[in-house]
Amino acid sequence: MAEVLVLVDHVDGKVRKTTSELLTIARRLGEPSAVFVGAGFDAAKETLARFGAEKVYRVESPEVLEHLVVPQAELLAQLVADKAPAAVLVPSSPEGKEIAARLAIKTESGLITDAVDVQAADGGVATTQSVFAGSYTVSATVTKGTPIIAVKPNSATPEEAAGAAADEVLDFTPSDAAKGAKVTESKPKQATGRPELTEAAIVVSGGRGTAGDFSKVEDFADSLGAAVGASRAAVDAGWYPHTSQVGQTGKQVSPQLYVACGISGAIQHRAGMQTSKTIVAVNKDNEAPIFELVDFGVVGDLFSVLPQATDAIKAAKD
Amino acid sequence: MNIVVCVKYVPDAQAERTFNASDNTTDRENVDGLLSELDEYAVEEALKIVEAGEGEVTVLTVGPEAAADAIKKALQMGADKGVHVSDDAIHGSDAVATSLVLAEAIKKIGDVDLVVTGMASTDGTMGVVPAMLAERLGLPAVTFASELTVEGSTATIRRDGDASTQTITATLPALVSVTDQINEPRYPSFKGIMAAKKKPVEQWSLADLGVDASQVGLDAAWTKVESFAARPPRTQGEIVADEGDGGAKLAAFLTERKFV
Ligand SMILES: Cc1cc2nc3c(=O)[nH]c(=O)nc-3n(C[C@H](O)[C@H](O)[C@H](O)COP(=O)(O)OP(=O)(O)OC[C@H]3O[C@@H](n4cnc5c(N)ncnc54)[C@H](O)[C@@H]3O)c2cc1C
Ligand SMILES: Nc1ncnc2c1ncn2[C@@H]1O[C@H](COP(=O)(O)O)[C@@H](O)[C@H]1O
Repeated sequence: MAEVLVLVDHVDGKVRKTTSELLTIARRLGEPSAVFVGAGFDAAKETLARFGAEKVYRVESPEVLEHLVVPQAELLAQLVADKAPAAVLVPSSPEGKEIAARLAIKTESGLITDAVDVQAADGGVATTQSVFAGSYTVSATVTKGTPIIAVKPNSATPEEAAGAAADEVLDFTPSDAAKGAKVTESKPKQATGRPELTEAAIVVSGGRGTAGDFSKVEDFADSLGAAVGASRAAVDAGWYPHTSQVGQTGKQVSPQLYVACGISGAIQHRAGMQTSKTIVAVNKDNEAPIFELVDFGVVGDLFSVLPQATDAIKAAKD
Repeated sequence: MNIVVCVKYVPDAQAERTFNASDNTTDRENVDGLLSELDEYAVEEALKIVEAGEGEVTVLTVGPEAAADAIKKALQMGADKGVHVSDDAIHGSDAVATSLVLAEAIKKIGDVDLVVTGMASTDGTMGVVPAMLAERLGLPAVTFASELTVEGSTATIRRDGDASTQTITATLPALVSVTDQINEPRYPSFKGIMAAKKKPVEQWSLADLGVDASQVGLDAAWTKVESFAARPPRTQGEIVADEGDGGAKLAAFLTERKFV
């Protein structure tokens, strides 16, 4: 069976959920081989094996990560040439897409980004994407080279399947041209203790209607174990970090449940949440466009509705 | 400092966007188009750099005849000149082919220190053209800049990532893609609108760039849209007015749906 390369998304060996999703998808197409760049392989090995990685190609050199995406694209291009994989799967994050874009040009291969489903098809791979702010679903195939697919988080339910995760340390040196850009400083973000926005099963977001006070939104989110998001209006006002922005120029989320609090539902916001399974809104204005999308809506002031709901949820849990 | 800004003409996101049923490409004829809003940030950033020092801003677009509007808007904002690559053969091009045409046009413009792009187009939203373009031009790329400074031959950006905020540098010539956090794009002034009428816009075809028609367009695409379908509209669910019990009702709904 042909190999399927999966670029591992991890922080110092802590493997992100998206990688187990990619490994699950890879098994539909062939035999998963993980590609692990950076330190922490010992910590990662167990997870990679549990989700079916037969092989792990790895590179430890710190140079590779310092210089951002180009060395990783070169590494994958080398593997594509050596192993002739059936496909290459990367996370559909900004970085994953950038690596994929360069890899596509290097290997003269078709690239599909933002896939929400990937299946084996006649002689290749068929993907599903959601386009135009979620108003259309498109199915596409790659017609040239090795299919390179950037897959969105939550596109598959991770399924366990024992793999050997036999590791092979690669002899790889990035070219000089790959070193043109360099990370000179990196300030870690403070952890919030909440789930990651794009991976969370439940997302609760606040908008201009919070008037800058996110405490009610956060308390409600915590009662549900949810991630907290924000509209661009809330981000632009400086009330919440940009990395929490949901929408066209923020994160695109597709959780089981999305709760919009004090958010009007502009097209650019919808672009980031319209594919959520269940949508709920709390808004003072019964004409807010967000209500067109909801499975359940409360017309009311979030400062009274949310605390009451939070208390009721906490009571139900005790 | 010679800066090229790549701008895309896109169907208006506020309108009903759709596909051509005949070839599954984006319908660009029946929907009003405009300069992609996200590319205004790229134009603004280029203008700021030139205004703070010296140099020239060229706006480049690859697109149908109507895409001249995108160039016009950028010239009205203050860019110095435009290049419009248009050719019937380009219809249906994917990101790969678009990046090829952009790369050849940038080579023809020549002597470019900095290429600035938006973070993603508002129609395709793939956000891959910048990296493909950098790859083809052999340039380093620093992407998703929320802050950009150019000093001597170094471009430095700030990028706000999930795990960290990074400072990234690249040696010029380089490509930078900018986010909508980087600046507040200006509106064209009356003076800007009048001045734009006299600014030069070059019209180039594929032949002018030495690109063979077989390398672009729908047939040359490395991916194929097999089918498209409108998502069934969401049916509006229950909406309740808060009469002192809105929170309790919300909790009841969430419990019933097993989210609690
Ligand atoms: C190029 C571009 C990209 C963009 N990208 C994004 C993006 O990624 N994400 C995004 O979100 N937006 C984006 N926007 C902005 C978008 O167009 C809207 O401006 C934005 O989403 C509005 O945020 P909002 O809903 O919080 O604010 P508003 O539209 O002002 O809505 C606030 C809502 O809160 C309600 N409200 C007020 N007080 C209360 C209260 N006490 N209780 C309950 N409800 C209350 C009001 O009735 C109103 O409906 C983008 C715009 C552009 C041009
Ligand atoms: N046809 C085009 N003409 C000029 N620039 C483009 C074109 N397509 C994409 N770009 C540039 O590439 C960026 C990202 O586009 P995309 O990869 O299509 O999301 C845009 O913000 C533009 O700066």
